[in-house]
Amino acid sequence: MERFVAGSSPLHHLDARIKVIITLVLIVSFVLTPAEAWPAYPLLWAVIGSLAAAGQLGVGRVALRGAVALPFMLAALPLIFTTPGQPLLTVFGSTASEEGLARVIAILLKSWLSVQAALILTMTTPFSDLLWALTSLRVPRTLVIIMGFMYRYLFILSDEAHRLLRARSSRSAVLPGSKAGGGLIWRGLVAGSMIGNLFVRSYERSDRVYTAMLARGYQGQMRISNPPPLTRRSLVWGALPIVAVILIQLMVLWWSR
Amino acid sequence: MFAPLIAMHIPDGFLTVPVALVGWIVMSVVVGIALRQTRHQLGERQIPLMGILAAFIFAAQMINFPVMGGTSGHLIGGALIGILLGPWAAVLVMTTVVAVQAVLFQDGGLLALGFNTINMGILAPFVGHTVYSRLCKVLKKELAAAAIAAWLTVIIAAAATALELAISGTSPLDVALPAMLGIHALIGVGEALITVSALAFIRQTRPDLLRTAVPIAKGSGWITVGLVIALIIAFASPLADSDPDGLERVAEDKAFLDQAEDAPYEILPDYTVPFISDEALTTIAAGIIGVLVVAGIGYGVARVARQNETISQT
Repeated sequence: MERFVAGSSPLHHLDARIKVIITLVLIVSFVLTPAEAWPAYPLLWAVIGSLAAAGQLGVGRVALRGAVALPFMLAALPLIFTTPGQPLLTVFGSTASEEGLARVIAILLKSWLSVQAALILTMTTPFSDLLWALTSLRVPRTLVIIMGFMYRYLFILSDEAHRLLRARSSRSAVLPGSKAGGGLIWRGLVAGSMIGNLFVRSYERSDRVYTAMLARGYQGQMRISNPPPLTRRSLVWGALPIVAVILIQLMVLWWSR
Repeated sequence: MFAPLIAMHIPDGFLTVPVALVGWIVMSVVVGIALRQTRHQLGERQIPLMGILAAFIFAAQMINFPVMGGTSGHLIGGALIGILLGPWAAVLVMTTVVAVQAVLFQDGGLLALGFNTINMGILAPFVGHTVYSRLCKVLKKELAAAAIAAWLTVIIAAAATALELAISGTSPLDVALPAMLGIHALIGVGEALITVSALAFIRQTRPDLLRTAVPIAKGSGWITVGLVIALIIAFASPLADSDPDGLERVAEDKAFLDQAEDAPYEILPDYTVPFISDEALTTIAAGIIGVLVVAGIGYGVARVARQNETISQT
């Protein structure tokens, strides 16, 4: 992820507030697109593709990574059979309908496009920029600062978790041919103890961090540097994808009449 | 693990815009209250403690254990953190986790963030904390209480997820609900095992954390019980008799119903949500929106009343 954040494309230089707004507008627009408006989907993807290209992220790479949420489609699959409509084929006594299939495909396309929009935001914006963008978009400051703290300690505690996992694997050496480890319940309890261990370490770390903060004059308030003013350049470039999706949505409205 | 991944973090595209907005509104209100409550409770420690424990939940979810056939189980964490910190602090920790997972790792959608937070970050800690603290009194066995609480949080979060998808029309309730509950009855056992064992470890090494870190949240039990009952009623409402209420029935019999007028404005006409076509679902949705609105108003009134009380006392 960090590899892409360090880039220097026009999209990387765009104001983070504008990028957050573009992302939300894009996702709302994807979700609002009716299932039958098939021609709209390639157009919407073209917007995503051009953003990925503008960010020098690789259109194909973003498209592939956009598929992370697809396992969730299991939740939508039964719709193929429960939606009434033109029968398509019958499996085990339940009938699939064309309408049902269309609905599921539309849901998957929307999900795929939305994940790509979120990916482009994350891949072109450093997390710290994202945080001040959130504060200037009226997300409570305390919550944003807590998110910043989580990000700061995320990697430290993940390393801690990896050390616990490595210690477990070194304890769990297995002779070839013999059965490894205890039963399922035992394995669950071992994982639980490791998590208890990690909690105690994290809690104690938070104590140390807090005293270190106090030693540096912390009084319960955190300061965030003021965001730079919005430039006209940012506004103009930021308006482009938004205008594009609005035009696409208007086209959809016109078709459906 | 594969199963909680597909079941819990709803991606964008699976919730309609109005449903997602309801989630965002409820989340904003509850998180706003949680921010104020924890500042009261923890003071200056709020920021470092909440932030680091959010990172802890994230790291704890990486500690997995092999189940079978290449799958593995891991912690979700709502119950554990709810039991350890009390519901409001846990809401803040879990909300931060869910939000950062959505932004950084696309684990769950941005538009769907509201309901993802409600499922894993609000319902889970409240149910976990309440069930645990009540059962502790009844059973006198803390670990058994924790096990039941942890199992229930997973079940309730799964049921809520299935319901939200059904209201959005992206998953049929009669298929999704039994399937979700079936899978999560098993996943919940893993959650219970891990939670119990983690609590046992903490009790052995730092028993003081268990005693000091669990502030008794006043009224949280009532909030939870109320929310869960209300949700059950909302669930069951379309299954109930479709006869109108008593007054309407009499009005019909005496033939003065047509003299009645509709309220000048109707947000949820005849307890239905306009954009949902399925009759049963729309009643459920309207029921839940109504419950949440009433709960919000009730909470606001109670706050104002309490403030007045303290003013008149001083």
